[in-house]
Amino acid sequence: MQREMASQSEVIDRLRATFRSGVTFPEQFRMTQLQNLLSLVEENEQLIQDALHKDLHKPKFESVLSEIQITLNDLYFAMENLRTWMQPEYNIGKNLATRMDDCFIRREPLGVVLIIGAWNYPLHLILLPLVAAIAAGNCAILKPSEICQATEQLLAELIPKYLSQDCYAVLCGGAEDTKSLLKNKFDHIFYTGSQVVARSILLAAAPHLTPVTLELGGKSPCFIYGHIDIQKAAKRLCWSKFFNTGQSCVAPDYVLCTAQTRDALLPALRETLRTFYGPDPGASLDMGRIVTPRHWRRLVDMLEKSKGKVVIGGGSREEDRYIAPTVLVDVQESDALMQEEIFGPILPILTIESLEEGIDYINRQEKPLALYVFSDETSVVTTVLNNTSSGGFCGNDGIVHMALPGLPFGGVGASGMGSYHGRWGFETFSHRRGCMNRSWLLERVNVLRYPPYSDYNLGWLRWATTFKKNSWGGCSVM
Amino acid sequence: MEKQAVQRAREAFLAGRSRPLEFRVQQLKSLQRMITDRQGEIATALKQDINRSQYDTPLFELIGLENEISLAVSKLAQWAAPRPVERNLLTISDQAYIQPEPLGVVLIIGAWNYPWALTLQPLVGAIAAGNAAVVKPSELSVYSASLLKALLPRYLDQELYPVVCGGVSETQELLRQRFDHVFYTGNSTVGKLVMEAAARHLTPVTLELGGKSPCYIDKDVDLRVACRRITWGKFVNCGQTCIAPDYILCEPSIQNRVVEGIRQTLLEFYGPDPKSSPDYGRIINQRHFNRLMTLLEGYTATVGGQSDSSQRYIAPTVVKDVPPQARLMQEEIFGPLLPIVTVSDIDDAIHFINEREKPLALYLFSSNKKVIKRMLAETTSGGVTVNDVIMHYTLNSLPFGGVGQSGTGRYHGKHTFDQFSHHRACLVKSLGMEEVHMVRYPPQNHQKVRRVRLAMRTPLVDFSKGTYIWAVTASIVALGLLVALTVILILAAGVSCTCL
Repeated sequence: MQREMASQSEVIDRLRATFRSGVTFPEQFRMTQLQNLLSLVEENEQLIQDALHKDLHKPKFESVLSEIQITLNDLYFAMENLRTWMQPEYNIGKNLATRMDDCFIRREPLGVVLIIGAWNYPLHLILLPLVAAIAAGNCAILKPSEICQATEQLLAELIPKYLSQDCYAVLCGGAEDTKSLLKNKFDHIFYTGSQVVARSILLAAAPHLTPVTLELGGKSPCFIYGHIDIQKAAKRLCWSKFFNTGQSCVAPDYVLCTAQTRDALLPALRETLRTFYGPDPGASLDMGRIVTPRHWRRLVDMLEKSKGKVVIGGGSREEDRYIAPTVLVDVQESDALMQEEIFGPILPILTIESLEEGIDYINRQEKPLALYVFSDETSVVTTVLNNTSSGGFCGNDGIVHMALPGLPFGGVGASGMGSYHGRWGFETFSHRRGCMNRSWLLERVNVLRYPPYSDYNLGWLRWATTFKKNSWGGCSVM
Repeated sequence: MEKQAVQRAREAFLAGRSRPLEFRVQQLKSLQRMITDRQGEIATALKQDINRSQYDTPLFELIGLENEISLAVSKLAQWAAPRPVERNLLTISDQAYIQPEPLGVVLIIGAWNYPWALTLQPLVGAIAAGNAAVVKPSELSVYSASLLKALLPRYLDQELYPVVCGGVSETQELLRQRFDHVFYTGNSTVGKLVMEAAARHLTPVTLELGGKSPCYIDKDVDLRVACRRITWGKFVNCGQTCIAPDYILCEPSIQNRVVEGIRQTLLEFYGPDPKSSPDYGRIINQRHFNRLMTLLEGYTATVGGQSDSSQRYIAPTVVKDVPPQARLMQEEIFGPLLPIVTVSDIDDAIHFINEREKPLALYLFSSNKKVIKRMLAETTSGGVTVNDVIMHYTLNSLPFGGVGQSGTGRYHGKHTFDQFSHHRACLVKSLGMEEVHMVRYPPQNHQKVRRVRLAMRTPLVDFSKGTYIWAVTASIVALGLLVALTVILILAAGVSCTCL
């Protein structure tokens, strides 16, 4: 244990020394590292797919779409925009007093950051933050999830091969190792995972005053309300729910709809599932598995305890950790399925009489990571948007809002703090330093602020610095 | 009592009262009226708290606050509006935007050195962003705290923006409650405790802390002007400013001239006896007075050094040739003591600064562009002012905040609004274009994989500057060729016409 801690500190010290040398600051260096990371993913696609299949039984399509392509996209986006992102921001308002000055905002690297990955998308959940950290000029320690051992091994092997070993390191291990790692000081901690662990990370960060980004989860509600093409909605709902076997932090957790909609929805869901996975989803190549026996057991137990009625699926198989795509109706607020994030291929449908009832229900719970509404009626979408809060929102589809790099991806309240993807990741891992370069001139104007004070001077200063309605920016104090 | 205030604020927030833009504007205007109407009382409270001169109050607390309120009132609609983002091929017909939303009930813990500005400026942003806010002024500025407690409920909604006064135990009780954001201004010791308390509820925090803000003076500058600007920033509010230049770094060859420059300026500012100048402040309390006197132990002041415990007065003091390991150099001074540490050159100065914790502000005085560039590129700090001190605080389009031990988060102007908002990513699609979306559904095959990969690539069109310039140039050239062709044709037609 002592030895573990010693080697962790050695790695951190080495990275810190590298950071101090300033080698990660130049654009060229960051670009090269990003290029190398790109090569890592492109040249090892097959190995990555194999590892993901081993860990999660991930279908090739899902690996490509939600692990490989999303990482590549973020890399292309970062490389294309890096220069712009790194530029000091000059276009900020100045006032009368600072008209002659140079005012700008610099984006500066933070130092050595810690990125803790998760097991459900073991590649992109650790590489997308890494892209942002590299682009922002930091050194980074990666701590992949130990639950996905094949992916963890692959990352531990490939990262040192492609990226600078003095700047980026992979540290593997379990809960104890993570705990000891957190005793060290970092300049930012980026964590994806559960609320329980998130609390302990914040508590570990507090004594060092380390800023933290938390990408957590919650029960993401899905409204299906008003006038809607049920067939299309069912397709998109099924796709987003059962992708990665429901093990997505932004999967629609449960559905809220009227009894009438429910009755139209069920046959549409049945048909869609048959189209997607055939009559026996357990035999389909496109259906994944639950990550570990422990997680499988948790889901099966939840299903058993539920008082809802299973109308689709319900089957499960312990040997390969399979759970059939399952839909339940007549699920109440107090049901076992409604107490925690499901994170599996089980979809409860709660019946509501009105939109307000559904909105009230949502607002009684913690703020979710995502919120979905399927409806043709703009008023329905607007009502839900204006009366709820969530990390992100998607109308008439599921999950895909996280694939647009222009949108920040993150939670609020219990679903997390901070955000990333695209430029947002760059900002997360940067310090925004406000800079003012004053001219030597206008010392006569400056004199107004010096003691001995007088009403006369104060009058002039007030005039010069008071914000005028149509002026560009304002002055707080002279 | 604290619990009830928070509970009431939450109920008021959930009722939706703080959300409509008109309400927020009305509250802000009311806050504006409070400051204008009660200036005299505020100035009196500050005089009693910290012997603040009657001019320093509007200068350092109120004008800034008024400007923040005017800015917020004027720009609120713009700040609160949805912010559209770039789309890709798959989302080209959808609405993609970021919607700023209120967080809920926030806690604002103020500080004692600028009790009005540092407590109310965050409040302006909290109100503008649509939140309810519990305001906890610092108990060290006793008169200001009780005045705020008396005034605020008369101007603002009492349930949405309660003022809770008290000491350590009341603050701890408050911190046990659940908030949607905690905004703390103060020192890093308490900052850590605030972060720890917030951690239990997974509450995000903004910490405006402090540190030792270095001030480097290059040898070839106009020392007269430099020293005047530094003296102003150092001794205003008797040195009790989080962004005051904490210590000076300069080469030994100019040290004496720097000392002289400061001595001269002090005479101009406060006269031969600062104690009797109406413009010179006092230390906030006995504990801080004693702390500062201890820092000075064992060192002879080159300028000043006098003190009067009964008045908590310490003369503006400069100490030369301070060794880096001196007590004066171990903690943030936060008082009218100015140590000068000598360094051999810019490299030495940069090294000295980087060996220490990241400061809240960094100052440098130089006419040499290269020196300025190096200092900016090779150090970091919350903010920077070059060739002056403190001024970066005054431009509210610059984000104001620390980094590392000097804090986390930022505010001022729109940045306060953003800090107290949740930026909700919204993608509103239609159920159309289903043929495009079919590629992502199972059952899967190679072609589908390829098509999806293509559709996911962003951006749709290369908006980079290079392409833009190429596009414009190519258009101009093409247009030019077209014009040339037309001219030739006309001339050719003209020639044949003449022939006829």
